[in-house]
Amino acid sequence: MSGVDALVAQIPDGAFVALPPDYSLPAMDAVRALIRRRAKNLRLLGVPVLGLSADLLIGAGCVAEVHSSAVSLGEAGLAPRFTEAAERGEIKVVDYTCPAVHTALQATEKGVPYMPLRGVLGSDLVGAHSDWQVAQNPFSPSKDPILLVAAIVPDVALFHARWADEAGNVWVGRRRELATIAHAARHTYVTVEEFRAGDMLDDELLAPGVISATYVTGVARAERGAWPLGVADVYGIDDAHLTAYAKAARTREGFDNYLREFVWQDRKSSLPA
Amino acid sequence: MARPEELLASLIARLIADAHHVAVGAASPIPAAACELLRAQGKPLRVTRLHKRKGNPFTEGSRELFDLAGQGRIDYFFLGGAQIDGEANINLVRAEGRRFPGSFGSAFMYFTCRTVLFREEHSRRVLVPRVEFISAPGWSPPDVVRRGGPIALVTGKALFRWQAKERRFSLQSVHPGHTAAEVREATGFDYDAQDIAQTPEPSAAELELLRGPVARAIAADYPEFARRVWS
Repeated sequence: MSGVDALVAQIPDGAFVALPPDYSLPAMDAVRALIRRRAKNLRLLGVPVLGLSADLLIGAGCVAEVHSSAVSLGEAGLAPRFTEAAERGEIKVVDYTCPAVHTALQATEKGVPYMPLRGVLGSDLVGAHSDWQVAQNPFSPSKDPILLVAAIVPDVALFHARWADEAGNVWVGRRRELATIAHAARHTYVTVEEFRAGDMLDDELLAPGVISATYVTGVARAERGAWPLGVADVYGIDDAHLTAYAKAARTREGFDNYLREFVWQDRKSSLPA
Repeated sequence: MARPEELLASLIARLIADAHHVAVGAASPIPAAACELLRAQGKPLRVTRLHKRKGNPFTEGSRELFDLAGQGRIDYFFLGGAQIDGEANINLVRAEGRRFPGSFGSAFMYFTCRTVLFREEHSRRVLVPRVEFISAPGWSPPDVVRRGGPIALVTGKALFRWQAKERRFSLQSVHPGHTAAEVREATGFDYDAQDIAQTPEPSAAELELLRGPVARAIAADYPEFARRVWS
């Protein structure tokens, strides 16, 4: 069993799994490994949106629920497996708006039951959420309704990082939403491009981009592990692959062929698509 | 002769000409081009492109955008919709049995920034009497704290101005090659229409900037779009 396979073996079926968007270090090798281990009934949380990782998991039958502000492939268009599954009612979709996801996770970071958020009132999202309430701002002498968003506690945070060090810290650079997920989740699993010696918290330049080992449950090496998405300064987004995926996944057959070629075969991501 | 994308970019640039800090979301190459055009014209505009692949402006993750907007540090934003109705409500979730990606940050950003609604498709399918799902409402009761909201709706055929007091759109101008009658026919909601102008074409100077520095600035983050329009 590879390190990544062993890592995702710790993510149980039915887990509430927080994932980053395609632009923020998605753990694509781990996603492929989850499909290979035939994970079931995962409940995905998009922080705050989802893309290819969710579309692959949904198409492969690993997902029961999607909680997200959006699921899309960005410039490559709609996420075809998400779209079809949602239209056919095969998955439960809980719609959010981006800052409500961040706010709910920040509440968990702070250990408080909810946090207020401006805006949103009058959106049909409000009525669809039993975990949101509209309350009067207690500090205002006049009528001032404000949204309260209940804390969200993911079972698992799963993302990719540039480095892990000997102390168990991981480095995500500016992608600090990953720190928010790690702080809020019960277990955090991270794939990394490279291991490095020492303790990054001893380095003043690296430390601001570090998520401390305090929050990290498990790490596995996955070189080019975000492919076909990118890792800043290491490799870029494989736009041609995303375009080809968006086209292939429009049909069930095309998607299954894609899985055969790039997931079941574990085709090395360093090879061109 | 200006391409349609160039006309729309120059039109949007004029709508937001007084901006200090504009944020541009995912899949918004034309609004991004409008912002780059203002910068190329020498305006001291800060443009925060959310999906900038290199040199992304945020060091606190994507939540920093909403914190900035929540404080009022961003003055303009752009939103679209699978459906947009005559009260400027937008729907990014579902319509006619079809699922769309989702609301993104709209339910927050629409409250915090002056917002240009932008959707190239101008049809009764998109511009509807009443959206099926309100991702973000076009207006709010007076006791709801709301700094932002719609200022205009730009489509591939026309420009509408939002009239906050009337809670109604007013047709301002029709793009070259289209007519006011065609716009009425293709719009599913009612709106006011007086003194309708023709949308001005980009000037020669604007076109030169669009095809030079703007095209180059856009290509890094919207490679498909730049190839389609400018190669």
